[in-house]
Amino acid sequence: MDSYTVRINGFTRSVEASDPDKPLLYVLRGLGLTAAKYGCGLGQCGACTVLIEGRATRSCQTTIADVRDRAVTTLEGLGSSSSLHPVQAAFIKEQVPQCGYCTSGMIMSAAALLAEKAKPTEDEVRSALDGNLCRCGTHVRVVRAVMAASGQAG
Amino acid sequence: MTLAMEPSHFSRRAVLKGGALTIAFALSGERADLFAQDGGGPPRILDAKEVDAFFAVNGDGTVTVFCGKVDLGQGLRIAIRQMAAEELGIGVDKIKYVEGDTAVTPDQGRTSGSSGIQRGGVQIRQAAATARKALSELAAQHLGTKPDDLIAVDGQIRPKVGGAGILFADLIGERRFDLKIDPKAPLKNPSSYIIVGKSLPRPDVPAKCTGRNIYVHDFTVPGMLPARVVRPPAIGAKFISVDESTAENLGAKVVRIKDFLAVVAADEWMAVRAARALRAQWSAWSGLPEQDTLAATLRSAADITDEILINKAAPDAPRPEGAKTIAASYFWPMQSHASLGPSCAVADVRADAATIWTASQGTHGNRATFARFLGLPREKVRLIYLEGAGCYGMNGHEDAAADAAIISRAIGRPVRVQWSREDEHGWDPKGPPQLLDISGAVAGDRILDWRVEMWLPQATRGLPNIPLLGPEAAGLDQVRGLNAGQISQNGDPPYAADNVRILVHWLKDAPLRPAPLRSPGKPANCFAVESFIDELAAAARVDPVEFRLRGLSDARGVEVIKRTATLMKWQARPSPGPDKDAPIARGRGMAYVHYKHDETYVAIGMEVAVDRSSGKITVERVACAHDCGQIINPDGVRAQVEGCILQTLSRALKEEVKFDRSRVLSVDWSSYPILTFSEAPKVEIELIDRPTLPPLGAGEAACTPVAAALANAIHDASGVRLRTVPFTPERLKAARNQQST
Repeated sequence: MDSYTVRINGFTRSVEASDPDKPLLYVLRGLGLTAAKYGCGLGQCGACTVLIEGRATRSCQTTIADVRDRAVTTLEGLGSSSSLHPVQAAFIKEQVPQCGYCTSGMIMSAAALLAEKAKPTEDEVRSALDGNLCRCGTHVRVVRAVMAASGQAG
Repeated sequence: MTLAMEPSHFSRRAVLKGGALTIAFALSGERADLFAQDGGGPPRILDAKEVDAFFAVNGDGTVTVFCGKVDLGQGLRIAIRQMAAEELGIGVDKIKYVEGDTAVTPDQGRTSGSSGIQRGGVQIRQAAATARKALSELAAQHLGTKPDDLIAVDGQIRPKVGGAGILFADLIGERRFDLKIDPKAPLKNPSSYIIVGKSLPRPDVPAKCTGRNIYVHDFTVPGMLPARVVRPPAIGAKFISVDESTAENLGAKVVRIKDFLAVVAADEWMAVRAARALRAQWSAWSGLPEQDTLAATLRSAADITDEILINKAAPDAPRPEGAKTIAASYFWPMQSHASLGPSCAVADVRADAATIWTASQGTHGNRATFARFLGLPREKVRLIYLEGAGCYGMNGHEDAAADAAIISRAIGRPVRVQWSREDEHGWDPKGPPQLLDISGAVAGDRILDWRVEMWLPQATRGLPNIPLLGPEAAGLDQVRGLNAGQISQNGDPPYAADNVRILVHWLKDAPLRPAPLRSPGKPANCFAVESFIDELAAAARVDPVEFRLRGLSDARGVEVIKRTATLMKWQARPSPGPDKDAPIARGRGMAYVHYKHDETYVAIGMEVAVDRSSGKITVERVACAHDCGQIINPDGVRAQVEGCILQTLSRALKEEVKFDRSRVLSVDWSSYPILTFSEAPKVEIELIDRPTLPPLGAGEAACTPVAAALANAIHDASGVRLRTVPFTPERLKAARNQQST
């Protein structure tokens, strides 16, 4: 059992894992941080997206060894119900989620985009979210929410 | 700690026959009483004829609604609250809500067929009207007045003329109504509504946006162990042998019952690794048809039952000169629910009772099924709904629940089963393949003949549930058969025709296990019917909207078509349009449905660009007019219509289950792609509210005309008529080449 120091949502934690290849997704969910979802385990759907050093990353394709001494942010750490991140606030205002299984990954990808580019075009939003799949068909609202979160309400 | 299994249970012995099964992982916590009810009050009334089944007036002034239908993200949690609050006369914030728990909610049938509001909600509304009437009568006794002089507002009954009222809680708080639902209890006049008709926010949305929503995937019970099921490499393969050491070396244990094989481990990742590593031998099996000739296989099936759905003849109608006769064949492939999260469930099965936490859309209906294969009395099986990843009929949720139940019973511990992506795409029940032949004759704008033949899998009469994989593999008792929902509806034209004959060839079998998939069967039937009406209009050289309106007498149908045409700025002309030989050909198309012929009205228009050389189809705009009667929550309806359109666009453009003779091959998102953000068009929706008419469903109807509107737009743009879904670039190029030769 090896020990890994990881900064998760601002707190430094020591995580035990016998397998250095254990995906971060399973580590997070094992810690009770269940916002990141298992969707495919293949890096194809984006439901498990978290921020690593601010970059949107598929936690199912990232090992515990990869994040040693690095900063991981999950949806739980992006904002809270009393202090929402602008993307979260916009998703709630636009009533985006249906089943909501993809929502966590969508918000993390969108937050990373806006951190990099404060006023993206609609095409840039779509392109940044192309790796996040939604089955319920909420795409129109997602795009509207991200544009609104960047202060570009249409 | 080492858990020694008591070998008292027959199923455990079956597992233990290779030696003592010991599971060496830590188990924590005590197991609570499975049948303890929240709050510990008296047992709930579950008879759906009783007011008490649906409502409890609490002492604190709140009212709890007990709903047998479940919210999958479609907004029932707010819409049903709105209907109940409005009819009771209480604020919507004073309504508590419990859903889909067989121990505490009445059986309102499966949450399917767009029935949540139009049957479930309407039933609860009538219960609320009955309750309000009873409360008024109680208050009248206290106040020494007549019930008719009283009004229910803000959770109290008070005189219409003003003055002090009495709180519901003081009238009946913590007590039962002991009252049957009165079908004649008067409903409020819709003109007085203050809650119904408002876009109130869905209560689950904030938790879904902050990661606090508890999906079945996130749910835990003390002592729960993660498990993965290992399915054979071929669908009908039988178990031969397993090398258990391949899993045991990774700290997992193997559970095997006949052809059912699973691994149980101390944590999820160990279970994943063990399932991947497990080496098992299975028999060969290759019972699936060839994919490339699937349509021909359906057409030539020997074991069929024919049923004539409609046979309307006008034998005396004189046949005009110059009638044009055309015929076409349409095909819709098997499709997956393709839920974004693979199915998951938690089960705690004991010797005398079982509790299953599941995202099933039919907790009540599954009770007997689970009781049967677990060998328990029905009343000792409790299914509790928890949200899962979106499901649109029946994905693998029930299968995962059965898997978890079988393993829990075998190891005597609560078990969580999480399917893999490959499991979900490979083994979820599929929307069945549909083949339709249509022939018709037209003279001027008059349709003389309209004949349809469809090939569809036949539903097994009286089948309680679609058979589940786990019980089948483990040799446990369940009723076998097929059901894919009401898949033959909307196969006949809504337009006037002299002669109409609709014939179904019911097939005894289906290539892959079928199940209802959103708007079951109707997207394919409407694809054929609404494509063919355009083919007739083109043959008659009449504008397709004009052609539809000439044959349509239903005023609500006419209105959705006209409104959609207005949204589209529709310019009347026959199809194809003038642009058809341009490198990027643009065009528009329309399709219409009166869902199930007696429910919601929808017309959808589309604008597309077709790249003639690459075959790429870009949907640039979708417009939709939608009439589902009385609207409970406009934003909720809008969200459903958007979802219907975009999901079915995905199905029409991209989706087809791929298989060889043994198994499903499209088992991930690259081999079964769905719509991406870059492909999602602008969607414009106009809702037509009919406050005085009954509310109808909005969760399926708008799926139905999508593929036809798209096919018609592609034809209008490029002159290429696509009759097989999905409309891939390869299909478009092949059809273009075929039509130009």
